Amino acid sequence: MESIIYLVPIAFGVAIVALVAFYWTIKSRQYEDPKGDAERILMENDDRPL
Amino acid sequence: MRGAKCAGCLSKIENGVKAISGIENARLNLSTGRFTADWADTKFDPRQIVQTIVDLGYGAIPFQSQIGNSLQDKEAQNLLLAMTVAGVAMMFVMMFSQPIWMAAIYGEMGEGTRTLFHWLSALVALPAGLYAGMPFFSSAYNSLKKGHTNMDVPISLALILTAALSVYSTAKHGEHAFFDAIVMLEFFLLIGRYLDHRLRQKSRIAAQELMALQAVTAQRIGANGEATSVAVSNIAPNDLLIILPGDRIPVDGIVETGTSQADFSMINGETAPVLIGVGQKLLAGVLNLSGSITLRASAKSDDSFLAEIARLIEAGEQSKSQYVRLADKAAAAYVPLVHGAALLTFLGWLVVGGGFEQAIWNACAVLIITCPCALGLAVPAVQVVASGRLFKAGILVKSGDALERLAAVTHIVFDKTGVLTSGQPKWTNRAEIANEVIEIAVGLARASRHPLARALARAIGPGPAITGANEVPGYGIEATIGGNLVRMGRAEWVGASQTTSNESELWFKNGGATAIRFSFEDSLRADTIATITAIKAMGIKVEVLSGDKLEVVEKTAKEAGIAEFRGAQSPFEKAARLDELANNGAKVMMVGDGLNDAPALARAFVSMAPGAAADASQSAADLVFQGEKLDAVREAIVVGRLSKQRVLENFWFSAIYNLVTVPLAVLGMVTPPIAAIAMSSSSIIVSLNALRLHRYK
Repeated sequence: MESIIYLVPIAFGVAIVALVAFYWTIKSRQYEDPKGDAERILMENDDRPL
Repeated sequence: MRGAKCAGCLSKIENGVKAISGIENARLNLSTGRFTADWADTKFDPRQIVQTIVDLGYGAIPFQSQIGNSLQDKEAQNLLLAMTVAGVAMMFVMMFSQPIWMAAIYGEMGEGTRTLFHWLSALVALPAGLYAGMPFFSSAYNSLKKGHTNMDVPISLALILTAALSVYSTAKHGEHAFFDAIVMLEFFLLIGRYLDHRLRQKSRIAAQELMALQAVTAQRIGANGEATSVAVSNIAPNDLLIILPGDRIPVDGIVETGTSQADFSMINGETAPVLIGVGQKLLAGVLNLSGSITLRASAKSDDSFLAEIARLIEAGEQSKSQYVRLADKAAAAYVPLVHGAALLTFLGWLVVGGGFEQAIWNACAVLIITCPCALGLAVPAVQVVASGRLFKAGILVKSGDALERLAAVTHIVFDKTGVLTSGQPKWTNRAEIANEVIEIAVGLARASRHPLARALARAIGPGPAITGANEVPGYGIEATIGGNLVRMGRAEWVGASQTTSNESELWFKNGGATAIRFSFEDSLRADTIATITAIKAMGIKVEVLSGDKLEVVEKTAKEAGIAEFRGAQSPFEKAARLDELANNGAKVMMVGDGLNDAPALARAFVSMAPGAAADASQSAADLVFQGEKLDAVREAIVVGRLSKQRVLENFWFSAIYNLVTVPLAVLGMVTPPIAAIAMSSSSIIVSLNALRLHRYK
């Protein structure tokens, strides 16, 4: 049962990292131009994200 | 941006604009077709950008800034985030709930561990539930403040009561806590909310974009004789405007100089080009075809014919917004029923002597188990699947309730030109003309912009155009071939024996030879007859309303197999006819394309416009279909009927589900695992039922 003491905080940590990462994808507007982004990946020149 | 569809266009446009000195950044959003460029120099002329884009072979239309601002869709972002928080929290809490449920069966967990797990659940579920529940809490609060209840009131009540009781139970080392139910309920409900919001947003953007397209500019000739580009709304009476071939007349006015041919189809539905000359009065919306003219404005854009039509459209749309959506009807029945059941449960347990705690537990279970999840998903899931299926068929649905209204249609009123017919003239007398004549005529036709000449060129296919051809606006095209003057155009101009020229024919004369007639006709779409037959077989009455001459309308209607028809209808008469039908109890669907149909489209119970229609008509219609097939009308109605059926099935399922689970909750037999299974299974069943829409014909 002692393992819970490590496992629970680790689980919390992983979940928070995932949530923060998802929050970042929304804030950096990654869902606003799915069609354009799909094509941009094929472009040769250095096309930096917004 | 018009015409940008691929990665090639994307880099071509962005790099092209970035190459202009002074431009700092340029970005094209391919999904929305919107282009933005940044520059710091205040003296920079943005027309350079537009010119560059036009030179690259694309079109650009100014976008109204107030619309641009509203498009930053904050609400969708918030809903998406709330949904994710609820989803992550749900999985997380389930990780703690699972051992507790298993232990309840096998009895391997002590009370201390169980309480610890409950507290850990609370640690996740309470903040997450508070955050993800905000959309419901604020909506419930707003509606209570206004003195009525909506679906979010029982949901908020259930969430808050459940949270409070779970904390209380945990503090007393109780056996049950419903922390998982809180976030799970929110998660499923938020899926429904998000889908619903996305669909509405999509339709709102579609409508706004069409409106934005109307914000065009015109070329005004200033006092110094120089043409400058001005917004149509800034044109004053007596301004002199230059109208190039291919431009639409921006405001009502009188032709000052020049001759040309014009397409009046926006006004009266007739596609045949009409000769216009000095002194002719033109209404806004007329399309200038062959020559450039100058126009003396006689009205402001607010007073012009177009604006009158726009006001009619607005009035029609207001009448449409009175429609009550199925989901709202269901919610109206659901709220009092659930509240009543919960209250009775509470009072019942008090009377039986179960104690206050027991009574409120069970009342709470009733609130949480009565399927708000299934109900919240029943309509949006079906609408998303239905509009996805229609989208694949090339049909854009602009509002969710349009789908519901489609199901009720009893009458369909068609416009003639551009709806029943393809809207483009087709060359009809090929068999009568010798091949060598055709060869020269086509070479001449390829050099011309006239719609009939283009139809001729289209019929033969690509090939070389005659060089050195001279187009005489309003008359035709001429060239010298092998020493002979060759002319094609109006009868009297080419020198045909016949002097009265019909607008649906071209005359061709090679030197001294006799003139030859090329005749054209706007024919039915390839599948018109089949579609009309199929629609009639569905028990729907069909009618034609057209601005064209009665005998032409009669011929087309008879060909298409439609017995009821009216010709020479003004835009106002069309709208009035729809009102008349509606007053007789009919649910009328209008299918039209011209500007003259726009008031009727807005007025109709539900309306549809082809993708080639006037911008105003597209924005007035509930659905827009692409492509050559009229069958889209039938498909839309089939999908509308199917989706209504699916929605009703989902409601039925929810009712039956309640009949089973509510008694359990009332009797106090709902434990956390039962609540979890019931909630998720009902949501999944409802969603799967919606997916069935993809398969049925």
